[in-house]
Amino acid sequence: MTHAAFYGIGAYTTAILLTKSGVGFFGALVLGIAIATAVSLLIGVVLSRFKGDYYALGTLGFNTIVFGAFLNWKNLTQGSLGIPGISRPELFGINFTNNFNFLILALIFLILAYSVARFVANSPFGRVLKAIREDETVISVFGYDTLHYKLVVFVISAAMAAVAGSLFASYITFIDPSGFRVAESMFILAIIILGGLANLRGSLLGAFFLILLPEVMRFVGFPSDIEAQMRQVVYGVILILLMLYRPQGLIGEYKL
Amino acid sequence: MEKEILLQLHDVSVRFGGVRALDGIDISLDQGEIVALMGPNGAGKSTIIKAIFGLVPIRSGEVLWHGKKILPVPHEVVQRGISFVPQGRRVFSCLTIEENLEIGGFIVGDKKELNRRIAQVMETFPVLKQRRASKAGMLSGGQQQMLALARGLMTEPKVLLLDEPSLGLAPKIVKEVFAKIKEINDKHKTAILVVEHNIKSLLDIADRGYVLDNGRVATGDASQRILESGILEKIFLG
Repeated sequence: MTHAAFYGIGAYTTAILLTKSGVGFFGALVLGIAIATAVSLLIGVVLSRFKGDYYALGTLGFNTIVFGAFLNWKNLTQGSLGIPGISRPELFGINFTNNFNFLILALIFLILAYSVARFVANSPFGRVLKAIREDETVISVFGYDTLHYKLVVFVISAAMAAVAGSLFASYITFIDPSGFRVAESMFILAIIILGGLANLRGSLLGAFFLILLPEVMRFVGFPSDIEAQMRQVVYGVILILLMLYRPQGLIGEYKL
Repeated sequence: MEKEILLQLHDVSVRFGGVRALDGIDISLDQGEIVALMGPNGAGKSTIIKAIFGLVPIRSGEVLWHGKKILPVPHEVVQRGISFVPQGRRVFSCLTIEENLEIGGFIVGDKKELNRRIAQVMETFPVLKQRRASKAGMLSGGQQQMLALARGLMTEPKVLLLDEPSLGLAPKIVKEVFAKIKEINDKHKTAILVVEHNIKSLLDIADRGYVLDNGRVATGDASQRILESGILEKIFLG
């Protein structure tokens, strides 16, 4: 539950490098992945001492620390003022300033990320992860070091979050700490749960649903003075109803 | 010729907070024998098996393998040749039968050897062979218990620890499960320590047994002598 922290690390690495050094987008992207990987490895080892609810609280704590660093490390991040003027990528003469080109780039990264996730899920490593999800105690009695497996997948997911952060920073061209709060991690978690646990297509569906729903609701016709609040209310009600009547999510294979 | 002691618990105590779950337990398991662990609920039967695997912390005492102290942590214990079939079957329902067996054979390493062992356990449990690509969650309770036993055999263990293998199964299936346990013992000379409530079925196949009461060994003797001693009535009925 600390995805926004790694997403933020990717975004800030890209933003800082693109605005303060001569490094290009793809160099910044690689460095963002490397930093997120190193930090996740470190924090993953520390958090592996906790279990269950305590582990979840630990990840929230880490997200809060990273958010605090983005906000207060003003020399590097410019604090709440944020970092403006982040450039769009350029590769082999193709300029991604054009939104359509950027969409294609984002789709390529989406396909790559999906393929990596699918490969991991279908590999023997992924099989062990599924078994850990189902019964960690039992799989440990066969000699598996479950901490090792959980740490590796934590690092992989942090690296993926960093890629998303890099793309986000370059697309929006401005970032500030407010985009990397704990609430953002909760939103990402809601996407996963709503779309469907243990199902990759569920994550895609959840993302489409939760990101597009507020946009669709612009056209419902609420009075303009309460439009924004009503959108939030409807959004919340839909989430509650789904959790009540479909706790495994839209196309989930696993129930919490 | 005297049988060699494979596994021994010496003066083992386990506490859960202020509760003494095991109090100075001394038990042993010899090569090729079936030993029963009996006792009322809360006597500490399952805790003994969990203590061997380090799933509960041992407060004092030691676990010995061939007379030498071993660290009760799963990886170490599995490497020595001890396997555990937990209570309630607990197969991985989202994985196929074959994948469950592969998981069970983690320490084997070599893929060819792993496949040989899968084929071997499927010979012992033909029902698994017929449904090797089925998800374990689709199997009946009895078939899941067979899978749990087969998974436990993937390491070709010298010692098999079984926790309530008949739990929640119909009497006919219980009979089949006990027949398989005996078959494993006869065929592979695997020493088996069984925790079980179904005392009659268990003592029919066990060489020896221990009766536990309140975390202590009340008695340890040959199966027939335990049956004749009247201690079971005393412990279970008061």
